[in-house]
Amino acid sequence: MEAIGERINGQFLDVKKAIKDCDAQVIKDHAINQTKAGAAWLDINTGTAAAEPEDAMKWLVTTVQEACNTPIALDSQKLPVVKAGLEVVRRDVPLMLNSVSADPEKLDEWFPLAKEYDAAIVCLTMDKDGISQDVNRRIENCTTIVGKALEYEIGLDKIYIDPVVLPISVGQNQPQMIFEVLGQLPQLFGPEIASTCGLSNISNGCAERPLINRIMLTMLAAHGMKSAIVDVYDKDLMDAWITADLLQNKMIYNDSYLDSARQ
Amino acid sequence: MAQVPDVKESFSTQVHTLTIGAAADEGGTRSHKLTVGGAKVTPFAHFDGDAGAKPVCALEVQNRDPVDWPDAVREPWKDVLTDPVAWAKKCVDEHGAELLCLKLAGCDPDNEDLGPGDAAATVKSVLEAVKVPLIVLGCGNHEKDNAVFEKVSEAGKGERLLLGFAEAENYKKLVALCQADGHALIALAPLDIALGKQLAQEISNLEFPMDRVASFQTTGALGYGMEYTYSIQERQRLAALGGDKMMMTAVLATIGHEAWRAKEARLPESEAPELGPEAVRGPMWEAMTGVSLLMAGTDILICRHPDAFKAMRSFIDKMQG
Repeated sequence: MEAIGERINGQFLDVKKAIKDCDAQVIKDHAINQTKAGAAWLDINTGTAAAEPEDAMKWLVTTVQEACNTPIALDSQKLPVVKAGLEVVRRDVPLMLNSVSADPEKLDEWFPLAKEYDAAIVCLTMDKDGISQDVNRRIENCTTIVGKALEYEIGLDKIYIDPVVLPISVGQNQPQMIFEVLGQLPQLFGPEIASTCGLSNISNGCAERPLINRIMLTMLAAHGMKSAIVDVYDKDLMDAWITADLLQNKMIYNDSYLDSARQ
Repeated sequence: MAQVPDVKESFSTQVHTLTIGAAADEGGTRSHKLTVGGAKVTPFAHFDGDAGAKPVCALEVQNRDPVDWPDAVREPWKDVLTDPVAWAKKCVDEHGAELLCLKLAGCDPDNEDLGPGDAAATVKSVLEAVKVPLIVLGCGNHEKDNAVFEKVSEAGKGERLLLGFAEAENYKKLVALCQADGHALIALAPLDIALGKQLAQEISNLEFPMDRVASFQTTGALGYGMEYTYSIQERQRLAALGGDKMMMTAVLATIGHEAWRAKEARLPESEAPELGPEAVRGPMWEAMTGVSLLMAGTDILICRHPDAFKAMRSFIDKMQG
């Protein structure tokens, strides 16, 4: 179980306001509290509203890394914003870049950076034509990604395939396709290849958000998903994830297994 | 020539180190301290990475004449069986033991029912007579052990004893004593890894550090359930290397106690001529139990027969010199 905490994101109003006011405490609290709640990584996203996203990214990265040693994920599809984060990032803490699409020319821009910083990198199974409705096309995109990773000599344990979760209210056939892609990843590319997704998007616009998130996460886990960007403050969600790990024999049962997993 | 692929197994976490005994620099009176654990790989897989400290062997001493021991294991100790201090000295002086295990079997109400003061005096005398680190085991009667350990813990304060056993239904007292007097403890959960993990969690909840805990699953002897102990230890090591904090404790096995309960070890040659002389067979039964469990991840072995003890030490040196 590898939870990527989603909370340091300018789309949340408190974070948006903190960025605007340079209120470091709000960001530090989220860094520390998400770590305590089980985040293995902290996602950092300036949001779309930041006036100067590069400066905002630098400030967020510095602020988070003053507060804790938790690995961070620089979340932007804009390369200049990610590069701004890289300028100030601590080199003694694991790093993730989030995210790049499966277009070869994009991968050629992003992978050298991942290599240079020994960073994990989230790679979307979508390309410039969008998200294909065909599982084979998505797998083809994975092949493009893996081919480029080999070219740049990036270990597949650093490649986090993101099969792109869409709201269930928009596409009810999507989860099944995601499960199929996940099932094929280790068969095609070996067990070390990683995977992740932005979980909360599954319930965007829905009434039963926590329930949908929770069930989706356990189904993803059952299909081999290795990590997910989630609300780590959702205790029921994290409990469900720990339990999914237990049911997959990834940990040894004891009556207090929820506490033990959180140690 | 084709490149040979790197097949080393690496893990991100490791077994906790556990230290027994404190020398003068730490306020104790031991001549040395012993540290076990710390492995970052499966047992003895030093070709994969850091195999940690060498496992250690203790010789067992009791505060009563162990009349239930068969002759073959009484024989090497026959002149000292009624004197724990002389027995301890013999272990160290004649057999080179670096670690002793004093079992307070004489405190058992079903045996001599020796009192807490008597037990503490014996612990003190042994600590004065020999300078090696000491494990002290209770008699197994919870009520009595709690009273005995109160005195024993105090008598050994600062010596970083390893005390046992903390069990699911009786661990709080021993945890508190070890916390107060700076000792380490043995957490016992009989042949059930889920109970073992739960006990570790509960001890951890009391804010007792896991690097002062040895886990003990009880020991199946060769032919008597050894494979259950083996597979629990194997799972525990893999879980520890996989990041399970409650499974990272060092592991203890009482091979002498268990092996000498087996009829194959006990039976005199006169009753079972086809099994050969018991003076050879018994120690071998004990040693084979120990070798098997070392392969599964045991860090501390408690031996009874000097020949088994010698064999274990020689095996450990060969595997991890």
